Amino acid sequence: MQETVAFLQKNSEDGLLSFPDQQEAAGRFSLHIAEVEEIALCHDLLPARYQRNRAMLSIQQQLSLLRSKVAVFGCGGLGGYIIEELARLGVGRITVVDPDVFEEHNLNRQLLCTQELLGSKKVDAAAHRVAAVNPAVRIQAFDTAFCQDNSTEILKDADVAADGLDSISVRLELAEACKNQNIPLVHGAIAGWSGHVAVQYPGENILQYLYAGNKTGHGVERRLGNPSFTPAAIASLEVAEIVKILLKTEPLLPRRYLAMDLYHMEFTEVFFPEG
Amino acid sequence: MQVAVKLFAHFRNNRFKKEVRTIAPGVTVGAIVTELSIAEEEVGVVLINGRHGSLDQALAEGDILSLFPLVGGG
Repeated sequence: MQETVAFLQKNSEDGLLSFPDQQEAAGRFSLHIAEVEEIALCHDLLPARYQRNRAMLSIQQQLSLLRSKVAVFGCGGLGGYIIEELARLGVGRITVVDPDVFEEHNLNRQLLCTQELLGSKKVDAAAHRVAAVNPAVRIQAFDTAFCQDNSTEILKDADVAADGLDSISVRLELAEACKNQNIPLVHGAIAGWSGHVAVQYPGENILQYLYAGNKTGHGVERRLGNPSFTPAAIASLEVAEIVKILLKTEPLLPRRYLAMDLYHMEFTEVFFPEG
Repeated sequence: MQVAVKLFAHFRNNRFKKEVRTIAPGVTVGAIVTELSIAEEEVGVVLINGRHGSLDQALAEGDILSLFPLVGGG
């Protein structure tokens, strides 16, 4: 350990550690890149990839992100962007869940979907993308649909659950599972030019309010479709909330729902009652 | 009596953003939704004076009703 620290300190410049040096340390001391990153951060050295985070995230916060685990449900429109942003932020463990393979109609909006990957599993694309973007992130993939039976295993040790699902019924099941396991759920959903974001903290029922009118398990997205920019926007709002929950930095506002309408460029904030 | 109806997102298309409507006492949110030719299953969040409401709730003089579409895609 002392030898590793000395190597990292010797090779850092202005408190920054380049990726080739991280790789060299991983090889020399038989460590995973994530372990090298953790040792570096514990000794006040920042992997150079995060230098543009430096003004908004302290080294301690970067370390907290590395030690965090987020479970992302769905690797499609929302999930693809959520996974990408979490990996670039340096969230150390990401669990991805999706039973589907890419189809042509995913190409208009799903970040992980490329021509070459049509027919491939979405969770495999997520794992490859994360490995290509940030090798310090460890990914656990579940090539299966989320249900009550697998919820305990998938949510194990997760600090936050991120909703990238495309079914209201499954979302309500996820909300119930998160509630039972005391895990905050960052919820987002989209349809056409619109979408919304909300956070269900343990003990709350905000999804029950949002979806009180649910009869069919789907919303107006079935009729309106989804363009490229709506999932990107809602996913980014979700990730901003996830980061604050992981870092416990901001005063968190529970029972709040933010509706986004990109056609009229309006954001509407709604507060829900307790319980 | 008069109530104000505020529509959000695509509910505004070919309708309005905000309109004051004259209704009979006892008229429910659901009745207004039907009058606006909005399918009930497309209604998500219902707010009456900024508080969570429901389709079967009757409106009172001066109420402000807000209707958001049910959004469930990902």
